[in-house]
This record gives sequence, structure tokens and C-alpha cells, in this order.
Amino acid sequence: MLQPVQLALYLAGVILAFMAIAPLFWMVSMSLKPSNEVFATNLIPRRPTLDSFVYVFTQVDFARYLWNTFFVSAMVTIVALVLHSMAGYALARLRFPGRDAIFLAMFATFLISQPVIIVPLFILARALHLLDSYAGLIVPSIFNAFGIFLLRQFYLAVPRELEEAALIDGAGYFRIWWAIILPLSRPILSALAILFFLANWNSFLWPLTITSNQDLWMVQVAIASFRQQYNGSWNYVMAASTVVALPTIVMFVIFQKRIIESIKTTGIK
Amino acid sequence: MQDRSAKRHEGARVPAPSIDRGPRLSNRARERIAGYLFVAPDAIGLMIFVGGPMILSLSLGFFSVSGFGDYTFVGLDNYRRMARDPLFWRSLQVTILYVAALVPLLYVVGLGLALLVQANSRFNTVVRTLLFMPQTVSLVVVGLVWQVLLIDKIGLFNQLGSAFGFESISWLGDPRFALATVIAISVWFLMGFYMLIFLGGLQDIPREYYEAARIDGAGPVQSFFKITLPLLSPTSFFVLLVSTVTAVCGSQTFDLVYIMTKGGPANSTSLAIFYIYQQAFLFNEYGYAAAMASVLVVVLMAITVLMFLLTRGGRFTYG
Repeated sequence: MLQPVQLALYLAGVILAFMAIAPLFWMVSMSLKPSNEVFATNLIPRRPTLDSFVYVFTQVDFARYLWNTFFVSAMVTIVALVLHSMAGYALARLRFPGRDAIFLAMFATFLISQPVIIVPLFILARALHLLDSYAGLIVPSIFNAFGIFLLRQFYLAVPRELEEAALIDGAGYFRIWWAIILPLSRPILSALAILFFLANWNSFLWPLTITSNQDLWMVQVAIASFRQQYNGSWNYVMAASTVVALPTIVMFVIFQKRIIESIKTTGIK
Repeated sequence: MQDRSAKRHEGARVPAPSIDRGPRLSNRARERIAGYLFVAPDAIGLMIFVGGPMILSLSLGFFSVSGFGDYTFVGLDNYRRMARDPLFWRSLQVTILYVAALVPLLYVVGLGLALLVQANSRFNTVVRTLLFMPQTVSLVVVGLVWQVLLIDKIGLFNQLGSAFGFESISWLGDPRFALATVIAISVWFLMGFYMLIFLGGLQDIPREYYEAARIDGAGPVQSFFKITLPLLSPTSFFVLLVSTVTAVCGSQTFDLVYIMTKGGPANSTSLAIFYIYQQAFLFNEYGYAAAMASVLVVVLMAITVLMFLLTRGGRFTYG
């Protein structure tokens, strides 16, 4: 038998969880409704149709925007993981003068988010001829202290014996990192890979600022302008939004355990 | 500090990897060279793309920058203009209101949700996952979905409201409600993250403390205030710091406002980040925008220092 208190807690959990995801259900529902039914209050469409999705992929070059976004997010994620892993390993393990100063300097950038420095970053990118280019979309997004910080924490806890044996065998540091450290860090790297990929897939301000050429648009920029273009045609806008949101939701559902664990351990202990 | 470290890297930027460089290099030297080589790409990248803009944002404010990239030194003109710009003051006021509401809300909601789902059960795992789900959706999509839900008269909220006899409210179009609506959507989007951070903190509190308290006759309320809150103080510090920074300049401050309100109606949702963006990229006032951003950078630094001092380096005490 359930206690009344327990029942109330269950009920609260159900209601809150429903509030969290109801808007997303509504988005999918609207994307499946014909235009004259969009604002009807039924969650399940009476006459479900894929017309809006067909429209999004045929009338707009949406596939291209999806590919751009996938390419940029994947590149940022791969390069960032390699660089952060190398830096994190060196900061945790190798002894060299100035190491702590470098770490502190990196850490000082931890609180600075992109929106705050967007104006100088844009001016810098313009001076470096990065506007309207894949390089401009990719390179500035690679560097963030968060990943370096987490990887350094992880490497501090890796037992030293493994590397010492390899050193005695005459292996160089690059080989040690490649053959020992990288395979060891698979769990944390995969968690970070998901987080980086999601963050880049979802990023809006930087792609909006740096691209004016439509061929380079990322999906978030595309749907924002799509909404302005098709003002009022909410079934199209919601179909485009569903296409953009679905990959991240699916990715999250598949990897949720890993994502949740990695975020839980982020707080100061 | 960053300058100095970068110069060192450039010296060490030789293509040769650290593998076997002959007998003349000592182990010590090999380790050093490897260290610099490993750190260099990230350190240089961070210096150029984060450190550089940080320094640039503090100096750019003293220039007038034309759309073609010509710079003219104007001294304190941009800062004087800020003092006279009612829209700048308005955006500061909106930002302060937004921070003052969002930070406590995220703390209470995040901790509340964490306490609700802290026990390990299959039911709670599912609830946790669902509560976190808004975080995985982009803010552009979040903005669009909420916009359509809140449309006047025909939006779902107003239709449900009118079914219960309420008048249609223009949630995003009425200056009285727009900021509160943006705050509520921000909480909806961000709450899952803070719930997880609090769950991490709650996990670290030893169960025995609660058992001992129960044996001593303490109720749940008492053990919350005497055990949970004090032992959660490092997590609380982290949450307050991160949520404050997020409220001032998190990506939702731009994305949601850009999608849903463009700062309106009557500038009631014109958060500082959005106003800076408008000045720079709509009116080509890069110098003026940078001057305003520099104020934000200084305010952020001050918040961090102040919080550290107030909490004596992150140690909260209750009661």
C-alpha cells in the first residue's frame, strides 16, 4: 500500500515531468497537423500529415543546413577533444615551469561566455578573414576551459604506474598519451563528445553573427529566419523545429545515463 | 599572465615530437618539451579567441569603429554616451530584475526537484531524464515553441485559459508580463541542469548523518536545515555563481529574447546582452557596444570576487 505522502510525491513527479516535456510534444503535434488544424487544442492530430516536413525539405535547402551543422559540430568536437585531452594530460601530469600559471590563466576564462565577448570576437574574426567560412564557424568554438578543466581532473586520478612502466620501456610522451592515456579516458571523452556536439548543434549567436552567406547557414539560424519568412505558418516552423530538435533529443535519450553522470560531478566537491 | 605563458609556447613550437630525441636530452628536458607542446595548441587558441577578445573588449570601448573597420580614438566618449543613453539604463534595469528573479528561482526549483527525485528508483530515473530534457533542445526551438504556445487568443495557453473563463493575455506582447514570461521560460529550460548539480551534492552527504538525526528525534524539516543545507554549501556556492553568470550573460539571454521579443514590448525584455548585440550588429556601433560589454566584464568579475568574499571562499554557513 502506498502512503499518502509517497503518493503525493509520485504525483508531483509525474506533473513536473509532464510540464517539462509537454511543450516538446506540442511541437511535434503541431508539425503533424494540417494548417487549418494547427491551433486546435487536441494533442493527437485528427488528420495527421507529413506535408509540413515535405515542404521544409523541398522548398528550403534544409538538408544543406543540417549537413553544415553536422559537419561543424563534428569537427569542433573532434578537434576540441584531442586538444583538450593533450592539454589536460600535460597540466595534470607533466612537470614544466609555468604550468600552474598557465592553468590559472586558462581557468580565468572559465566564466567568460561567448555573448559577452561577441563584439570583439566578431571584429577579430573579421580581421582574420574568418567571416562566412567554415573555419570561422569551427575554430573559435573549439577553445573552452570547461573541457580542459574536466579532463585535467580526470587525469589527476589516473594511477601513475601505467605511464612509468611505459617510460622505462623508452616510450615518448606522445606515445604514452596516444597508447595509454587516450584509451583510458574513453568514458569521459565520450561524455564530453556528446556535450560538445549538443552545444554546437544548438548554438545560434555565433553562426548568426559570422555568416551572411545562406550556403553556410547552420540549422538554428535557418529556423530563426524561416520563422520570419513564414510568419503565421506555424506548422512549417514547428516541422522545421522538430527536425532540428529530434537528433538532440534522441541522442540524449540514448546517452542520458552518461550525460547525467558527467553533469552531476561538475559541481565543486 | 596569459601573455607570458604564450611567449613560452611559441619558443617550444617545434614540429618534432617528443619521442626519442637522442641521448643528449635529459628525461627532465624531454618532459618539459612535451609539456609545452601538449599545452600549446589549447593555450594559444584560448589566448587568441577568448583572452584576446577579453582584452579587446576593455580597450575597444575607447574607439569609434566604422562599418569598414576604421578606428578613431574617442577617449571616454562611448562611456559618456552610455551615461546619457536611457535605453542603456533601461537594459541594465531589466538585467538586474532578470538576475534577481532567476537566480533565487533556479536555486529553489533546482534544489526542490533534486530533493524530490533524489531516492534511487526506476521511477525517479525517468522523472530526472524528463526534467532534464528541455536542456537538450536548442534555445531557438525553445523560443519558437513557447512563442506559439503563448500567442494571443489562439495559443494553447490562452485557449485553455479562456476555457476556464480567463481573459486572453498577451504573455509576450504586454510590457507588464513579457519579462516575467521570459524568466519563467528560462527557469523551465535551465532547471534540469541545476537539479543534476544539486543531486551530485546530495549524493555526497553521508546517509549516517540522517539516521543519527532521526534517532535523536529530528524531523525531516529539521534535518534539512541542520544537515542538508549546511553540507550542501559548496554546491550552493557553485550553483549561485554559475546561475548568476548564466543570468547575466548565458546564451538564453540572447537567443530567447532574439526569437521571442526582440527586446520589446516597450524595451521591457531588453537584456543587456541583447542591447549590446543590437548596437553592434544592427546599428554598426561596435565601439559603443564594446564599451557596454566592458562594463559587463567588470561587473562579472566584481560578482565573482564579491561572492568569494561574502562566502569566505565558498564556505556557506546557515543559522
